[in-house]
Amino acid sequence: MLKQYKEITVAFLRAGALGFGGGAVCLPLIQREVVEKYAWMSHDEFGEIVAISNTLPGPINTKMAGYVGYRVAGIMGAIIAVCATILPSAIVLIMLLETLSTFREHPVVSGMLQAIVPVVGVMLALMGWQFLTSASKEMKKYLILIHVLVIALLVAFLNVHPALVVGGLIGLALFSPQQKSKIESEGGK
Amino acid sequence: MVEIITYLELFWVFFITNFLGYGGGPATIPLVQHEVVEVYSWMTEYEFIEMLAAGNALPGPIATKMAGSIGFGQGGIIGATLTLIATVVPSLILKILLMNFLVKHKNSPRVKRLALYIKPAIAVLLGVIMIQNFTVAFETIGIFHLIILTLSAWYFLEKKKTHPSLVILGALIYGGVMGMFG
Repeated sequence: MLKQYKEITVAFLRAGALGFGGGAVCLPLIQREVVEKYAWMSHDEFGEIVAISNTLPGPINTKMAGYVGYRVAGIMGAIIAVCATILPSAIVLIMLLETLSTFREHPVVSGMLQAIVPVVGVMLALMGWQFLTSASKEMKKYLILIHVLVIALLVAFLNVHPALVVGGLIGLALFSPQQKSKIESEGGK
Repeated sequence: MVEIITYLELFWVFFITNFLGYGGGPATIPLVQHEVVEVYSWMTEYEFIEMLAAGNALPGPIATKMAGSIGFGQGGIIGATLTLIATVVPSLILKILLMNFLVKHKNSPRVKRLALYIKPAIAVLLGVIMIQNFTVAFETIGIFHLIILTLSAWYFLEKKKTHPSLVILGALIYGGVMGMFG
């Protein structure tokens, strides 16, 4: 058992420490550990688990880590895998932010902080673009445009709570009749 | 001493945002931002952007980095523990419990369109934060630096596929020099 705990720790520490850019970027790293290095499951099974993870909410890496940990070594395995995935980066970020806030008045530090703001803007734009292109594989372009316009109207101009919009869309996906599915986009309410 | 109610609010915010966050960590960014900045005022818009920037410069999942640092800021170690649990545990338990059920239904059109319906919404919400970023940057560093940083970030990230942490490092150096002489 101890050997398995150790392997789980090493596998998810490594996948977490190398995975810049969150979610999808980490999947190939996790796959390398789980399928190729430790052979805890087959390629096909891993692919299936990823597909199923996408039908559930929440961060993808921790769902993967927790499930693989659980399969290999039960509840303890799940806990170890999740901690190895999230703790190092969360702790480093907390320390980094504490340090930054101590020196934020210094002109060099405040210049640095100001300069990364537009860079993050670009990162967010690219992330948003990825969501749109991946939606366009399964949805007609003009429907996406309608979706985007209606949601922008609701969120930016009518100040509807984003969680309500997303919750409404989840309800729409689960409960609306299947034939005329893709037309409704005012479902944010 | 942090009030119990703050702990409950921290737990609730990260529970509900991750519960609604189909599409993984990045999909929760706009939802978390709305709660943290507008509903509970735990951070200013600017602090949130700063945290996101620092978070993007580090490896690991973005959702749990956000949860950990916001939880720690509001409620210390206990706060961070609560927000991390709220982020990770509910979806993981669902997955372990529902695995067999989901294997059977993974091709159901209703399940398939869940993530699909939400994608354009997440794109819009990310777009809203992006606009806030550019507005803040315009007010602090001005149009000249804004255009240089935006264009070069886009060029390296999208065209050259440079590692995001290197791009952030480059921006830090640029900003340091800008702060020294500005």
